[in-house]
Amino acid sequence: MIRIKTTNRYNITALRSFMTNILSLLAALVVISIIFLIAGVNPIFAIYEIFSGSFGSFYGIKETITKAIPLILIGSGLTLAFRAKFWNIGAEGQMLMGAVFATWTGLTFGEALPSYIIVPMIFLAGFIGGGLWGIIPAILKIKYSINEVISTLMLNYICADFLTMLIVGPWKGKARFGFPGTNNLPDSAILGLIPGSRIHYATLILAFICAVVLAVVIYKTRFGYEARVVGENPEAGKYAGINFLKTTLILMAISGGLAGLAGVGEVAGIHHYLGYPASISSGYGFTAIIVAWLAKLNPLYAVISGLFFAGILVGGDAIQISLGLPAATVEIVNGTLLIFLIMGDYFLNNKITFTFSSSTK
Amino acid sequence: MEDIIISTFQRTMVAGTPLLLATTGEVICERSGILNLGVEGVMAMGAVVAFIVTMATGHPWLGVLAALAAGMMFSIIHAFASVTLQANQVVSGLAMTMLGLGLSGMLGKPYVGKPLTIKMEDWVIPYLSDIPYLGKIFFSQGPFFYIAIFLALASWFLLERTRLGIQIRSTGENPKATETQGVNVFKLKYFSIIIGGGFSALAGAHLSISYSKSWIEGMTAGRGWIAIALTIFALWNPGRAIWAAFLFGGIFVVQYLLQPIGISPNFLSMLPYIATLLILLLISLKDPKKLNAPAMLAEPYKRGER
Repeated sequence: MIRIKTTNRYNITALRSFMTNILSLLAALVVISIIFLIAGVNPIFAIYEIFSGSFGSFYGIKETITKAIPLILIGSGLTLAFRAKFWNIGAEGQMLMGAVFATWTGLTFGEALPSYIIVPMIFLAGFIGGGLWGIIPAILKIKYSINEVISTLMLNYICADFLTMLIVGPWKGKARFGFPGTNNLPDSAILGLIPGSRIHYATLILAFICAVVLAVVIYKTRFGYEARVVGENPEAGKYAGINFLKTTLILMAISGGLAGLAGVGEVAGIHHYLGYPASISSGYGFTAIIVAWLAKLNPLYAVISGLFFAGILVGGDAIQISLGLPAATVEIVNGTLLIFLIMGDYFLNNKITFTFSSSTK
Repeated sequence: MEDIIISTFQRTMVAGTPLLLATTGEVICERSGILNLGVEGVMAMGAVVAFIVTMATGHPWLGVLAALAAGMMFSIIHAFASVTLQANQVVSGLAMTMLGLGLSGMLGKPYVGKPLTIKMEDWVIPYLSDIPYLGKIFFSQGPFFYIAIFLALASWFLLERTRLGIQIRSTGENPKATETQGVNVFKLKYFSIIIGGGFSALAGAHLSISYSKSWIEGMTAGRGWIAIALTIFALWNPGRAIWAAFLFGGIFVVQYLLQPIGISPNFLSMLPYIATLLILLLISLKDPKKLNAPAMLAEPYKRGER
């Protein structure tokens, strides 16, 4: 007879936390392997292909870094929101809104202005666009107690439709020859690339800076402390006189703003014009949720987990071609990883002891 | 004119059916204190399984049963994570959505663009269907419509009038007190999640084998999320869910009515999502005490604590 007893674990070391994450990822890998087997694909080969496709070649590494840029930006912004237990699922829409604002700014002012003025302007515009789109659910939650998961999601759909409306209608560019999309941004508004790659380095540097600044904000400032209190102990926060509306507005402006920056990078660094929502973001807003979670809601770790999940996206593209798997494969991998990560938390927070006894009593 | 009115209402009922099924399922689940944000994923799983099985066997009812079973089994993942392992229900639900959309995309890939030729016969109720207007709208619909209404009413009866229902509700309100009454709270939560998942899968089955008679990735189009919002709008009451779901069905139909007038189709496709926000706004003006939300919704329950 085996008895299972669970007790709370109070002192969780960084090493234990790290090891739990690794074990969760390995367990997820086992399940993913089984899914691959059922799909008729050799799992060892598929997983090898994913990682060799993303980290195994110079080309792969360059692509991985390119896709890590939006993931790091959005993921680190989400760590702030999630710490306050504000479940921002709307990064996808905030990113698109950032892209919309940046495109408008670039097309309107770009022609007349030199690069060193217009590039900061489009980044600022993107931050404002994403931030505004992020503030809406914050107001809805604090003022009208509307669940933010639903409102942010609805705003994703609304933004995607709004963007499509623009590019098939008033913003449709002559340069697209009748296809939906705006004209190309003027050259001065286009971000420089590291030669031989698609890495728009301005956004990459910005992503690193944002992650570091956010870490300082979360761990070293009064605002960061207040954000954590709002999430962990709202009752205490009320007595301490924390202004919930103000705190939530600011943190969602930042979280949404960073997603907006990611949108700027995709438009001005990669595509050079505003096209269909699905082409601008391949689900970065959702993948970034797992990035934030794997990073244990620490923006600095989001840099590493952002690179990791960018690798999965790039490797996922690789196995689509080499093994003929559908695009949805990446979603399966991501979903499985996420569910195992949160299940792992249980074994981190609880000590489980098995006692074996010969009697059945 | 008469034809337009009748067909508008008929289509409203059809469009509201999956919303009603999923909302009813989510009401049961949330009443037990579990927030399940995986509805969209479970719905997609139901849609793809129903489509594949119907295509393979030629029997839509086998497809429906298979979808039901798949949805229930798939939901066990959320139950295990959120009940047994006390995981964060928001994140677990999101993972379920990703997983469901991903798995359905993979399973359904060979079936994209293949039309389903097998038709589910409408259930024309004798005599009642002869009533002018009402007969055609309410009494000569596809089977899913009746199933959805029946399940909503049955769920209302279950929750409000039976012992099991009281136990489910009190689990959501005060699990600890319920446990001291000798009720197995964990079992009830598992039960509610699995039943709710089955209903969501039925909603998906309706979409693929009855509504559009085809499968395409992402065909659930946010209906799962709208159902979660409708759960709030229905004040966690399956009876009210009927009105809520068909009101929203109407909004889906209005899109097609307004398109010929020359309004941008992209603007029209925003409507259900804008309406969802507006309706939540409307509800928030109500006294929060009358909102009826389960007190311990989304709070993990730990046995033997304190």
